[in-house]
Order: sequence, then structure tokens, then C-alpha cells
Amino acid sequence: MAMMDEQSLADLAEHVAEQLGDAVRDVGVAHGQLQMVADKDRIREVLRFLRDDPRCRFVAFTDICGVDWPEREERFEVVYHLLSPYHNARVRVKAPVAEGEAVPSVIEVFPGAEWYEREVWDMYGVFFSDHPDLRRILTDYGFSGHPLRKDFPVTGHVEVRYDEDLKRVIYEPVNLQQAWREFDFLSPWKGEPPVLPGDEKATDEEAGA
Amino acid sequence: MSEREVSVRNFTINFGPQHPAAHGVLRLVLELDGEVVERADPHIGLLHRGTEKLIETKTWHQAVPYFDRLDYVAPMNQEHAFVLAAEKLLGIEAPYRARVIRTLYDEIGRLLSHLLNVTTQAMDVGALTPPLWGFEEREKLMIFYERASGARMHAAYYRIGGVHQDLPPELIDDIGEFCETHPKVLDDIEGLLTDNRIFKQRNVDIGKISVEEAFARGFSGVMVRGSGAAWDLRKAQPYAIYDEVDFKVAVGRNGDCYDRYLVRMEEMRQSVHIMKQCVEILSSQKGRGEVLIDNRKVAPPRRAEMKTSMEALIEHFKLYTEGVKVPEGEVYAAVEAPKGEFGVYLVSDGSNRPYRCKIRAPGYAHLAAMDAVGRGHMLADISALIGSFDIVFGEIDR
Repeated sequence: MAMMDEQSLADLAEHVAEQLGDAVRDVGVAHGQLQMVADKDRIREVLRFLRDDPRCRFVAFTDICGVDWPEREERFEVVYHLLSPYHNARVRVKAPVAEGEAVPSVIEVFPGAEWYEREVWDMYGVFFSDHPDLRRILTDYGFSGHPLRKDFPVTGHVEVRYDEDLKRVIYEPVNLQQAWREFDFLSPWKGEPPVLPGDEKATDEEAGA
Repeated sequence: MSEREVSVRNFTINFGPQHPAAHGVLRLVLELDGEVVERADPHIGLLHRGTEKLIETKTWHQAVPYFDRLDYVAPMNQEHAFVLAAEKLLGIEAPYRARVIRTLYDEIGRLLSHLLNVTTQAMDVGALTPPLWGFEEREKLMIFYERASGARMHAAYYRIGGVHQDLPPELIDDIGEFCETHPKVLDDIEGLLTDNRIFKQRNVDIGKISVEEAFARGFSGVMVRGSGAAWDLRKAQPYAIYDEVDFKVAVGRNGDCYDRYLVRMEEMRQSVHIMKQCVEILSSQKGRGEVLIDNRKVAPPRRAEMKTSMEALIEHFKLYTEGVKVPEGEVYAAVEAPKGEFGVYLVSDGSNRPYRCKIRAPGYAHLAAMDAVGRGHMLADISALIGSFDIVFGEIDR
């Protein structure tokens, strides 16, 4: 079966927007994929509808991930990706969350969400309510901080090494042998045109001539 | 026997992180009642390198090699997902010859991965010969990787807008020759395993999953096809030239380890079939042409051009310092990697670096179901299951 074309996707978007009412907004199509922003408190209802509605049938769970937007009021975005193998379409549901707020866990809708929610918690510190086992998943035992936040340094805060005296691996604050260098290659090509001393004479002359 | 109260307690054992059947650095905490697994709790992250964070600090080009290091058994398939996502955002398409080369190398990657998986899974359940035979073939395939990209594993060969360099004609001929001899080796491996009594006893009816559950748990690739869903992204949402080449989707019926093995074997034969067609196209008039898009904002100029053209030199410099600028937006692109749906979710803020790059690794969802699938099985079945799930820690831990 071929992928859903733009027109049927647009129809589907209309159908979803109509059925879900104010639980979702900005329902649209982007890069051949359905996309919407959902109210985080009603995320379960939204995903359940997308899974069970005969015109949607997004039964295949694909992914949950976080995005950090530090300048926004609702700092985080939890992004759900679903796939409909029956209609051959994909959907992306974004739920904005402010720091310290909890998102209802969707494990009862998609059991596969368990580890993905743990990962978002680990990486961004977004809390999922009703999650049975919200431990850290990818980072070290006893790790502190949420590494994918934009304000978390790439170097991290601690480093490990084997201590010959204590005969064990120890954690120490990061000690960089050389300052962390971040190259911003954008600015040279974007900044003001350089004014070289003496140049203004040349242009003046040209203008005068 | 006297009526005495006997206290029965469950055993908790650590499987890994240094276990030969753990396929990497998996620490699996198993709660056992006798030999029956009551609960399986995988602890992952021992190979976590923060790939997603690193990609956010690098230019779009510099992200490509990180993808080789995810599922290091089939590196180019993952590069493909990233370049596809970036190309979608940029609104460009790679030239035809580049797409044929990508298809060819994706299938080589599939062979690499399936050869490793099928044979080492057999080793996990007691057969020693298959991995030796399989690795011989993998060696040949890795040389094809090397001859195309210069590296046996971490190729960094795909580029946004094409592939790095054209293949030498002798390489294409040699791949064609390989396609002739390889099915014989597959026959040999199948002869060792398919009807093998021990292999069947260890795999049939182990780790059964229904299609509905597989989808709800985020399974993809062989893990859903083994359960009977004819779902293959190469057919359903074709990319590269998969809509042009002829191949069949292998589908299992019972959703157990044995069916997944059969699906993988058949997929390898189909891969060889696809590779043959790609070789034919590449050596015919139809497949001639550029391998990198002619767009100086995305792809660098050719070395020869830089020797004579000042503009080419400037463009080259800009591309390798500032890098590509990708328009604002977000996109999800997925490819049918050997282990399942490998997806990349990219968010761009219009600068020369990805704002967010989420890597959706198939193995992550599969391993997450370890508790649900493994519960009630015997301890020895767990190693058969891990093998059948096709676990590679590079992609799971990222």
C-alpha cells in the first residue's frame, strides 16, 4: 500500500481536529506526516483516540522523546511518534510541559512507552505520573542532573578514574586540561561588513568621480 | 515425607555485563524461581556516550560518523536515516547513481548484520560452526566497505545529497561476483541449522509475540515480520530505489525465535537478489552519473575543480567551517535497518547545527520488552531470546 498522500493526510488532520476538539491544536501536515500539539493532561485520551479510531489506527508505537526550549515559558516538549501500519501514515504529537510539571504516563495505552518515558525523565527531568518504575536508564548509577538539557555542559560535571592508592574507581569534578572551545562558525559570515581603515576614501572617491 | 515447612526463596542473579551471550554490555538482573525466570530487569547505559548531545554541538556534516558507531554491525544503514532526514528538511534528493549505491550498501549492511546475528544466536544455543562460516563472509563484505569508503566499519560514506565518492568499476564487478557465490554459503548455514534438532528445540516456541503486542511495544523489522505482519519500510515507505528493485518480504507465522531466524535467512537471500539488481544498474548506462548533488550550499566541490576555481575553493572552505545550513523545521525519517525501523527525528532552528537529533533505535524497544517476553521462560532461553532480539549495545545505549 502506498503512503498516504497530502490530500488524504489533510482530510485526516481535519477529522482528528474535529473529533478531539480542544485537546489538540495546530493539527496539520508537515513533510508528509501528520502533526499536532496536544494538551499534556489529555495526552492519554489523544493517543488512545489515535490508536482506536478506525480512520487513524496508529497502533504501532514508535518513539517518545523530549526537546528542550529554554527560552520558552513551557520549557520542554514531549514528542510522541506513532505509526499506522494499516493506513501507512505517521503522526507526531507534541505536548509542551513546563519545568517541574508532570505528564501522565501513556504505558496503559502503549506498553512500549515504559523505557522511553524513563529516558525522557533521565535526559530532561520531565516527570511522568503513574509510571510504575521511573528510574534513570542510560546514565550512570548515582548520576545527578539531566544531560540533554541545553544548560548541561557537554563535558559533564564529573569524571572517573582508577585510583592507585584506594584501589578503586573514583569520581572527581571535571578537570579540563585545556579550556572547552566552542567554535561559532556562523558569525564571520553574518556580521557587519568589515570596515578597513582607508576604505571609506576609496568609496568616496568613486562616488565623487 | 514429614510435613515440614520449607522456605523457598527466589534467586536473583546478574547476567552480564561480561557475559559472552549478552552481546555486549548488558547487565540483566534475573529473578529466578528454580530455573524459571520470574522477572528480568535489564540495566542498560553502560555504553552510553551521549551521541545525541554531541550531535547538537557539531555541524550537520560532523554528525554522520556518529551514526556508524550506533549499530556498529551495519553502519551505513544508519547514516542513511540521518542523511534522508536532513535531505527532507533541505528539500533535496540525491542523484540517481548515489541512491543506487546507497541501496547496494544498505543491503550489504543487512547481510553483515544478519550474518552476525543468525550465526552468533546459533552459538548462544550451542552451535560453534556457523559463526566461523558467517564471519568469513562478513570479512568479504567489510572489504567492500573498505574499498568504497576506506574504513571496514566506521565508513562515514553517505553524505547529505549523495555519497562521498563513486565506486571503482572493479569493486562493482567484485560485488557482482560475491552475489554469485554467497547463496551457496547461506545454503550451508541453513543446512547446519534449519532442520537441526537441537537448534529447533532451543528456538521453536521460545519468545512468542503476537502482532498486536509487537506493534504496541514498538517492535519493528524482523520482530514484527516474524509474528506475521508483512510490514517492511522498504516496501511500505520506499526510499532510495527500493520502489524500483524487485524483492519479496519474508514473513513468519508463529512469532517465535525460530520464525525470526527463518525470516532473517530469507531476507539475506532477498538482499543478494537486490544487490545483483543494483550491480546491474550501476554497470549499465542507466546508472551513470554524479554521486553527489550539484548544489554548492550542501555538497563540496570536487577536488579537481578546486585546483583551478577560486569560487570552488571558497565554497569548500565555507562548507567545512560553517557547514550546511538547514532550514527551520522538524522531520522524522526512518529506514528499514537490519534490526528494524531506525528513525531519526531532527529539529532544526535554521543554523549550522541540529537543534535536536533523537535517534530511534530499534533494539531499544526490543530489549525493553525483555521482561514481558522473557517472564516464565527458563534461564537458558534468555540467551536464545537476547540473540533473537538482535541486541547491539551501540544503538541501544547511544
